[in-house]
Amino acid sequence: MIDRRRLLSLGASAGAALACGPFIRPSYAQAGALKVGLLLPYSGTYAPLGEAITRGLELYVQSQGGKLAGRSISFVKVDDESAPPKATELTTKLIQSEKADVLVGTVHSGVAMAMVKIAREDGIPTIVPNAGADIITRAMCAPNVFRTSFANGQIGRATGDAMIKAGLKKAVTVTWKYAAGEEMVSGFKKSFIAGKGEVVKDITIAFPDVEFQSALAEIASLKPDCVYAFFSGGGALKFIKDYAAANLGIPLWGPGFLTDGVEAAAGPAGDGIKTVLHYVVDLDNAENLAFVKSFEAAYKIPPDVFAVQGWDAGQLLDAGLKAVGGDVSKRKELNAAMAKASFASPRGPFKLSAAHNPVQNFYLRELKGGKSVNLGLAAPAVADEAIGCKLS
Amino acid sequence: MSLILIQALNGLQTGLVIFLAASGLTLVFGILGVINLSHGSFYMIGAYLALSLTGMFGDVFLALVAGIPLAFLLGLAIEWLFIRHLYDRDHLQQVLLTFALILIFNEFQQVVWGSYPHSIPAPSYLAHSVRLTEGLSYPVYRLALMAICVALAISMALIIQKTRIGRLIRAAESNREMVEALGFDSRLIFRMVFATGVALAATAGMLAAPIESAYPGIGDRVLIISFVVVVIGGIGSVRGAFIGSLLIGLTDAFGKVFLPQFSSIIIYALMALVLVIRPAGLFGRA
Repeated sequence: MIDRRRLLSLGASAGAALACGPFIRPSYAQAGALKVGLLLPYSGTYAPLGEAITRGLELYVQSQGGKLAGRSISFVKVDDESAPPKATELTTKLIQSEKADVLVGTVHSGVAMAMVKIAREDGIPTIVPNAGADIITRAMCAPNVFRTSFANGQIGRATGDAMIKAGLKKAVTVTWKYAAGEEMVSGFKKSFIAGKGEVVKDITIAFPDVEFQSALAEIASLKPDCVYAFFSGGGALKFIKDYAAANLGIPLWGPGFLTDGVEAAAGPAGDGIKTVLHYVVDLDNAENLAFVKSFEAAYKIPPDVFAVQGWDAGQLLDAGLKAVGGDVSKRKELNAAMAKASFASPRGPFKLSAAHNPVQNFYLRELKGGKSVNLGLAAPAVADEAIGCKLS
Repeated sequence: MSLILIQALNGLQTGLVIFLAASGLTLVFGILGVINLSHGSFYMIGAYLALSLTGMFGDVFLALVAGIPLAFLLGLAIEWLFIRHLYDRDHLQQVLLTFALILIFNEFQQVVWGSYPHSIPAPSYLAHSVRLTEGLSYPVYRLALMAICVALAISMALIIQKTRIGRLIRAAESNREMVEALGFDSRLIFRMVFATGVALAATAGMLAAPIESAYPGIGDRVLIISFVVVVIGGIGSVRGAFIGSLLIGLTDAFGKVFLPQFSSIIIYALMALVLVIRPAGLFGRA
């Protein structure tokens, strides 16, 4: 039975608690939602990539019941428009006016570099879920900057290894004359030449030109065993079709991004292209089977490598938060825990190198009937060389 | 030797497609006096029209039959909504409005077709290659494309030089008041010229679609190159656009092979050279 006195005291304390509301909020904000600032492309050519990363990350958080280390997660999404000139302002906005606790971004390497520059100064824990610029986990590496994707040179090296293993000896490279292309090619050349292969010519094409006939004519006259090519998006699609139409009869290889996203559009022109990447959707491991199933249930399309990188950004953050009981103010411990994290990713075992770049398996894939098919492991547990990174 | 042959074909083919796009730009620029930055967007619209219509009709040439009138109608609408208010305005205002049109068309493209690249199949009877030299084949579709562009260029020349409509267009270009005084509606002529320009750009986009595929921003390069062509050929000159396009196509193709380190600037160097020798362009009136 509640007597009158008790009712009065309850009412009074409830009133007092309400009145104090504004003052006590900070104390339970810590237990409230954790703010994850997403700086990703939601418009322009890279919009599908930004979308896939977001979906992967959100799916992971949902799979944990909407909470990481007991804290609910709220996302602040900012469209970076893949525009490096805007990167500094948008990153500052996320940190200062939005008061994000951690940053996740982005796809475009130029934007990511500007973002990482600020993150290094601010010390905010930051996860790069795609941008492959080597420098992010080389000279620009920092205790609070992590990458769940790849370094361009790392993919290049894994591809070179796989090509040597396939018995290829004499290659021509062709790519756009821009940073990503040059890094993918220089990584490739390192391992291909180390494996006693010979690169007879590097052909570069002004970015974003898509007239490939002269390159194809040159390849035909050089008659290499194989071609290592890197383009992406519309340019990759056109290259694949032009390459098939030229009937060179020379095997075409490249990093997985040569075909990802354009497999279906390439159709029969893409048949037989071999690529190397850290993910392929038909990987046979428990984590991937579950991931593909839940992704397809949630979004009605199969996941891609970008979704996996987003999912793993979630896993990495989760590992860090668990170590500090969800208290992001303990940045040092949080960073240390993320650096040491190792978990099962849909791509296979995941852990970070000393430079905070994934040490991961690379798979050999072949395009068949508009789908990348897994041909098996191309190179296990490949780390980037991390030249110039002083973390250890 | 085979390299030179291939490059000559490439250069001609690129040049001919550029001609279709650039001739529309030069007509609109020369006759209406409007700087149309959104010209590249109509090329992009053409590529995506080819995607959708080829999906419906199964053949890119049938898509053309439906696509050209659609593009012409779009041109009429754009002229009526926006461009007609700009004829007597400053070039800066024309640049601002047509730049806004680029943004609108890009957004429209994203919403309707999304941002993944799409491929458009060449008609099955042209989807093979002929062996030109030992080791290199050339796609038949590209040869057919060249033939179609040449046919279109010849018919355009005939229309402009030999027909009553052509005479009216030429007259409107040199003296709008006189054409009005003779009892012709110059506004109607202008509207038709603008819509024709849009249709030409879209036709170029549709014809090139099986080679280029369709992806966001596909029109940007076309816009810039078209302006270079207009400057080289002389503003308003269709003949100039033809010669200029072929020059650019060939310079670009051979530049890539013989001067690869300069390949990205070589057409601009050509433009600078032409401007030094003939400031009004090759066929321009000073």
